Amino acid sequence: MAEMRTAYGQALVELGGENEDIVVLDADLSASTKTSMFREAFPHRHFNAGIAESNMMGMAAGLAASGKIPFASTFAMFGTARPYEVIRNLICHPNLNVKIACTHAGVTVGEDGATHQAIEDIAIMRALPNMRIYVPADAAQTTALVKKAAQEKGPTYIRMVRSACKDVYEEGEPALTKAADVLKEGAHISLFACGIMVEKALSAADALKEKGIEAEVINVAQIKPLDEEVLIASAKKTGAVICCEEHSVIGGLSSAVAELLAQKHPVKMAFVGIDDRFGQSGKPDELLKEYQLTEIAIESKAQSLLNK
Amino acid sequence: MENLTSIAKTVRQDIVRMIASAGSGHPGGSLSGVEIAVALYFDIMNIDPKDVTKPDRDKFVLSKGHAAPLLYAVLGNRGYFDKAEFNNLRKFGAMLQGHPDMELVPGVEISTGSLGQGISAAVGMALAQKLDKSPARTFVLVGDGELEEGIVWEALMSAAHHKLDNFIVFVDYNGLQIDGRTEDVMNVGNIGAKFAAFDFDVIEVEDGNDLASVLAAARKACENKDGPTAVVCKTIKGKGVSFMEDKAGWHGKAPKEAETAQALAELEGR
Repeated sequence: MAEMRTAYGQALVELGGENEDIVVLDADLSASTKTSMFREAFPHRHFNAGIAESNMMGMAAGLAASGKIPFASTFAMFGTARPYEVIRNLICHPNLNVKIACTHAGVTVGEDGATHQAIEDIAIMRALPNMRIYVPADAAQTTALVKKAAQEKGPTYIRMVRSACKDVYEEGEPALTKAADVLKEGAHISLFACGIMVEKALSAADALKEKGIEAEVINVAQIKPLDEEVLIASAKKTGAVICCEEHSVIGGLSSAVAELLAQKHPVKMAFVGIDDRFGQSGKPDELLKEYQLTEIAIESKAQSLLNK
Repeated sequence: MENLTSIAKTVRQDIVRMIASAGSGHPGGSLSGVEIAVALYFDIMNIDPKDVTKPDRDKFVLSKGHAAPLLYAVLGNRGYFDKAEFNNLRKFGAMLQGHPDMELVPGVEISTGSLGQGISAAVGMALAQKLDKSPARTFVLVGDGELEEGIVWEALMSAAHHKLDNFIVFVDYNGLQIDGRTEDVMNVGNIGAKFAAFDFDVIEVEDGNDLASVLAAARKACENKDGPTAVVCKTIKGKGVSFMEDKAGWHGKAPKEAETAQALAELEGR
């Protein structure tokens, strides 16, 4: 178990030591997003925008236009929806090198409730041309993708969760930066998952195996652009796909995969995601159960998709 | 000064011609800001049109991006690109888009068009100049109507917080916006006092269409070492063209053929 956001803070410190152009912005949540770690190491390169997310994105754009590599962080809710039009017109349209790295995505934010639970952030970020989207599955993958993003040119959205999550990977594995990583091969059904749902898809695959269903599990850490080749190959092999995400079923991984397969290789599909509802207060596990973001939900959708 | 006056005249004529040729665009707010942009590009700023990415160059941000014809006219006349491009304004495939695009136009430091965003990016640019220990400055042109956008005040707060003495905001205070007088649509109140309350040094220019006054104010702003400066310039929307002056209706409308001829003749002093 480890926190994505702590891995993020550590990666920033490493990057900051290697490259003077790395700068970090936050909007009064540096203790939560862990950019405070960067501030302690490089105080002059950390800018707190205060509770003003739109201006934080504007400043990030100006820094990027001046050759800096800004990482702008806050909660996913306030780093995507509120400054959306700034991100669109000032970052994505001019293709500026701004990394929007947000924590506290999804319903696992927990007790803070609906106003703080971003469940449409992937959808709105995905609609923007030039935007790249990473959704790491665990802390090790967070480290790898943050470092990858720093090397790449152009706008990127990195989506992290609040709670510590189970480890899917070992530190430093080459597979960590794969756009779509086949974690488990199977012939009967494909489980395409992102974020904290990857580990649940793996557990579901184990349970399905006992029922004679061999599930293929793919971690789709790069939602945009999708690794079309890997996903289409899996759909061709199994003929049935379930997308699993801690996000609305509207506009996220499910939509991205459906858009791809509808055009390139239509197959039976089902979605494990939030069904057009807002979140609410509760413990992360209670909420995951309420919104059916569980191993059991994946297992039962797989069985009904295969009529078993 | 004579030279700058003549440049300002040419810039105005280019603005009118290119909007007429495009058949759409924003003449009023382009004409009101001519003296500010000419003073900066032809006197105040340390820039080199032959070396657009020169280190330590001063930067200009047209936060009121709809005044793109003003920026294009100034850049073209300063030698950033061939003035023949003026004829393609707003046309399909043109370098000169309806609002300034940094990826297409040499000399455009940041893409603008959505109000309030340019000034926010400019804070980032001024911060970068400080990080690089550069002596350079970032100049911003905002409209008074644009001040109604909340992000402007977020940006001002951050510029003052970081004591950015290299951050100089010019307000093109022409008193009009699309729907009418700013005081009727959404009264911004005492602009100078509001900037002062946000810890800016404020220079008020009674006639922002007088080159000598604008130049003097710009020079004074550059001497400020305490923090950011606002130069609030009272201007006339549509300045120089009698039938456009102080008329909200000319915010976003192209002159027809006869109107264009009259406008150009008036600007020529005939």
